[in-house]
Amino acid sequence: MQSPLPFFPEQASNFAENVDILFLFILVTCVFFVVLVAALVTFASFRYKRKRTGEVGDTVHSNMVLEVGWTLIPLILAIGMFAWGAAVYVNFRTAPKDTLDIYVVGKQWMWKLQQPNGRKEINELHVPVNRNIKLILGSEDVIHNFYVPAFRVKMDVVPGRYNTLWFRPTKIGKYHFFCSQYCGTNHAVMGGWVTVQDPADYAAWLSDEGGDVTPVAAGEKLFTQLACVTCHLANGTGRGPSLNGVYGAKVLFADGSSAIADEAYIRESILQPKAKIVAGFQPVMPTFQGLVTEEQILNLTAYIKSLQPQPVPTKGAGVAPAPTGKK
Amino acid sequence: MHRTGELYGQFKTLEQQKDTASLGMWIFLVTEVMFFGGIMLAYTLNRHVYFTAFAMGSNTLSLALGGFNTIVLLASSFTMAMAVWSSQTGKKPLISIFLILTIALGFVFFGVKYVEYSQKFRHHLVPGKSFNIFYCVNNPAGCPDMDAAELATEREELDKAQAQDPDLNAHAQLYYSAYFGMTGLHALHMVIGAGLLFWLLKESKAGRYTPQWNTPVDLVGLYWHFVDIVWIYLFPLLYLIDRHK
Amino acid sequence: MSTQPNHRDPQFPERHYLNETYGIRSWLLTTDHKRIALLYLASVTFFFFVGGFFAMMIRLHLLTPSGYLLSADNYNRMFTMHGVTMVFFFLIPSIPAILGNFLIPLMVGAKDLAFPKINLLSWYIYIVGGAFTLYSMINGGLDTGWTFYTPFSTVYSNSAVAPAVVGVFITGFSSILTGLNFLVTVHTMRAPGMTWFRLPLFVWTHYATSIVMILGTPVIAITLALAAMERLFGLGFFNPAMGGDPILFQHLFWFYSHPAVYIMILPSMGVISELIPTFARKKLFGYHFVAAASLAIAVIGFLVWAHHMFLTGQSTYAALAFSFLTFLVAVPSAIKVFNWVATLFGGSISFDTPMLYAFGFLGLFLIGGLTGLFLGCLGVDIHIHDTYFVVAHFHYIMVGGAVMGYLGGLHFWWPKITGRMYPEWLARIAALILFVGFNLTFFPQFVLGYLGMPRRYHVYPPEFQVYNVMSTAGASILAVGYLLPMIYLTWAAFFGKVAGDNPWPATGLEWKTASPPPTENFPVTPEVTWEPYDFHDRPDLGLDVTHMPEVAPAHGDD
Repeated sequence: MQSPLPFFPEQASNFAENVDILFLFILVTCVFFVVLVAALVTFASFRYKRKRTGEVGDTVHSNMVLEVGWTLIPLILAIGMFAWGAAVYVNFRTAPKDTLDIYVVGKQWMWKLQQPNGRKEINELHVPVNRNIKLILGSEDVIHNFYVPAFRVKMDVVPGRYNTLWFRPTKIGKYHFFCSQYCGTNHAVMGGWVTVQDPADYAAWLSDEGGDVTPVAAGEKLFTQLACVTCHLANGTGRGPSLNGVYGAKVLFADGSSAIADEAYIRESILQPKAKIVAGFQPVMPTFQGLVTEEQILNLTAYIKSLQPQPVPTKGAGVAPAPTGKK
Repeated sequence: MHRTGELYGQFKTLEQQKDTASLGMWIFLVTEVMFFGGIMLAYTLNRHVYFTAFAMGSNTLSLALGGFNTIVLLASSFTMAMAVWSSQTGKKPLISIFLILTIALGFVFFGVKYVEYSQKFRHHLVPGKSFNIFYCVNNPAGCPDMDAAELATEREELDKAQAQDPDLNAHAQLYYSAYFGMTGLHALHMVIGAGLLFWLLKESKAGRYTPQWNTPVDLVGLYWHFVDIVWIYLFPLLYLIDRHK
Repeated sequence: MSTQPNHRDPQFPERHYLNETYGIRSWLLTTDHKRIALLYLASVTFFFFVGGFFAMMIRLHLLTPSGYLLSADNYNRMFTMHGVTMVFFFLIPSIPAILGNFLIPLMVGAKDLAFPKINLLSWYIYIVGGAFTLYSMINGGLDTGWTFYTPFSTVYSNSAVAPAVVGVFITGFSSILTGLNFLVTVHTMRAPGMTWFRLPLFVWTHYATSIVMILGTPVIAITLALAAMERLFGLGFFNPAMGGDPILFQHLFWFYSHPAVYIMILPSMGVISELIPTFARKKLFGYHFVAAASLAIAVIGFLVWAHHMFLTGQSTYAALAFSFLTFLVAVPSAIKVFNWVATLFGGSISFDTPMLYAFGFLGLFLIGGLTGLFLGCLGVDIHIHDTYFVVAHFHYIMVGGAVMGYLGGLHFWWPKITGRMYPEWLARIAALILFVGFNLTFFPQFVLGYLGMPRRYHVYPPEFQVYNVMSTAGASILAVGYLLPMIYLTWAAFFGKVAGDNPWPATGLEWKTASPPPTENFPVTPEVTWEPYDFHDRPDLGLDVTHMPEVAPAHGDD
């Protein structure tokens, strides 16, 4: 990969330019201070070099103006750097709503990635240019990390939880990704290539070799196989709440609390169903811990997400009722 | 080995020596606070996340034995304080008596702990390969110290807990890891304390401690009180929270 | 030659702490803080070589992108053991256990530390901990990274994790007891007239360091104990498969390991605060501010640990808080740097070797500290976390900062410790070689990091090779820079020119006694009536205070 600027990787995502400019701002500030201190020390070394053997220096040893000055100026610069960095970071941690979601599982020492239509990849990630992409990251064993230098994005992949990472690729091409959290013997070879394609090419690639079942279809099959469908009737008359419209909505619980139903909530509901009981329902759901793999959970999650646009029944839904305007 | 009561080489006055020793012990106790603090934090966090399993764990501990041990330790702190007072007021025979009482109470504590630990061992509640929180309800013969009524209550509680937390056994093992970790660490500190008390007793019998020189009694007293305070935290954390009997 | 008793140089004392008693028992059972310092010097130097060997293996292996020297597993062992040895057995003890032990009683005017026997115990604990860790290195090695992240270290690693973890656990108590000794000594054992604000900055920084040792080390002790339990007995606090949380381990680990880096740098800053006033023959500028800044670094340093965890998926609010605090902790260091530079103005500067090391420190610590800003800045950290940028940053501070201070201090106080001077010109050359070698080794690593090379990689994409080769070339020069002082300082201890009580001269109390000092430090308890670094009020130094460089504008003179 030839970099346009020396010492910088290619800028291939929406974050890259911002991160580079922020980096340059800090760099310029640092270079200024290094040069300043170097110049002062060099000057002093010449100007105040000892001229006679027994010579001593003068008695000046404090100056309040200087002390306050060189406390406040670094403080202000530091806060400025903090604020700018915080803004970039908050943007990075807040994925937009319209993302194309790709499921990623890291394990010693490879990456398994699954596209929305089911197409699976190993150590490769194909994405369309100029789309918001969200990676949902899970680990099967130890902590890993997914890092794409050209996008300036990185996120730990921690066993026992999901982390998400979003970006919008802005340039067509192939970019390295790396595992960036030491994970054992072959940590250094646990990487691959992100291929950013023109949307048409991406669509073509996606449907190519379409033998794989989409995550949504696989999830729907599991939903029946595992008998979820026997309680979670779509029309709300089952023992469990209807899952229409539940993804992304606010769910009310029996103890009065509520939460937004995201991927983590769905996963928890499958593995620890008694953790949060939806208001109006009994805690009768059995756990599927040990009965489903991480990939199967991801497929079920994809299926449940696909139910989002389905009509929500008035009774027996899992979600808080839509505000009617009446108080 | 310096004879007690004499000035060590690096000090100029006995007062300085005493202040120094005292400050040293207090700083050491601060490090102990940080040490125990770490495991207490880990325990508290896990308690919050796995409250069902941890509540279950708490209920398998004997309130009577734990409570008795608490009183024993508080009493031993009292006798220790009396030993310090005796050394400060020059009542030499009393120093030894109170030290003996403190040691005795310490051993009572150990005895009760032994009873508790061996019960846990028999009930397969020691973390490791054979850990099984259901052991007693499934093998009543292995737990003869539990009568039918107790076993029935426990079975009912376990069923309820398992319904809420399918991973009850694994999370309960976390509780017992914390239980043995914290009480074991505490017991280790008490054993060291008992050793120090024996040493004090030997010196006290030789008449070494006077109102002018009683620093070792003072400092071991501080240490003993600290170990007591740790138990005062452990007892509610392990035995009392979420108790519903 | 001065080594023969008949031709003893009159400036060399007849009786001192080195010849007072003879025999191995008098050393292994000593309670003299000066001898204990030398015991530490020997063992810390040994571990420095062990860690240096691992570093050499790393840099040699990374000459080619495809890994020609070591297998993946062995490379992983190399960087892990390099880190563990250097952090726990070299950097943390170095200045406090060697220079701190030797100098603090002398600097405060005491006969010894508050608890001399506990001081000896500290050393033995260090040795036992080191033995466990060496055992682990020889028997299967360690490949978890010095950070021991779970569940890899507790469940998946096939290396000798348990003995290493136990070794580090044990060594922590050495650190705790040293800190305890220093704190109490400074509080209760100062000579008459030695008020808090007459203490040298070396003592202030060691006081701050001791606070960190006392409060932080027990936390890593319990963390490692829990990790060892998990490894050995399958307990599950940090193992997600058992309901545990790997992030909890990281929080507990970094709660100590971040303040630990301040344990490594504060003593070095203390050395610099001694060197610059001495070789500029001028009072330290802003003494009170520098002292306060040292304490501020120790305190704020406890509040920033999760800046090592910005990308674990922790709450965004937590990340914001830790980033903000991280920027705050940079400010006291900046204050110190400016005060050191200001001390030079109006001074009478000489460029003896310790001063060269002080200048080296200024430059390298400045770069290292400033690169911390990039890492603390959330937006940039996303890109450079866990890359060679981090590696370069901490080596600039640890090697460029702490080791420069350590070597500068060793040179400065070598005449006090041994009674003899090192060869000046050879030492200056070695310092220069070190400086050049160091920059060549580590500056390319900043570039590598921003280009995206992750750390702990035994193979790497070929486009990164040129910088790796530069780095290895620098490392070979750096190695020469380290070997030279080892050799000539050892030579000088026996054959160097006799130094006399105060060869520089310097203003500290330690220079008012013989070189080497007698076992009891001062024949008569000193009474302190002078301010620190005051070259004007010290006729005993034999300096010419009547002709000074032009005095700067009147404000600021007390």
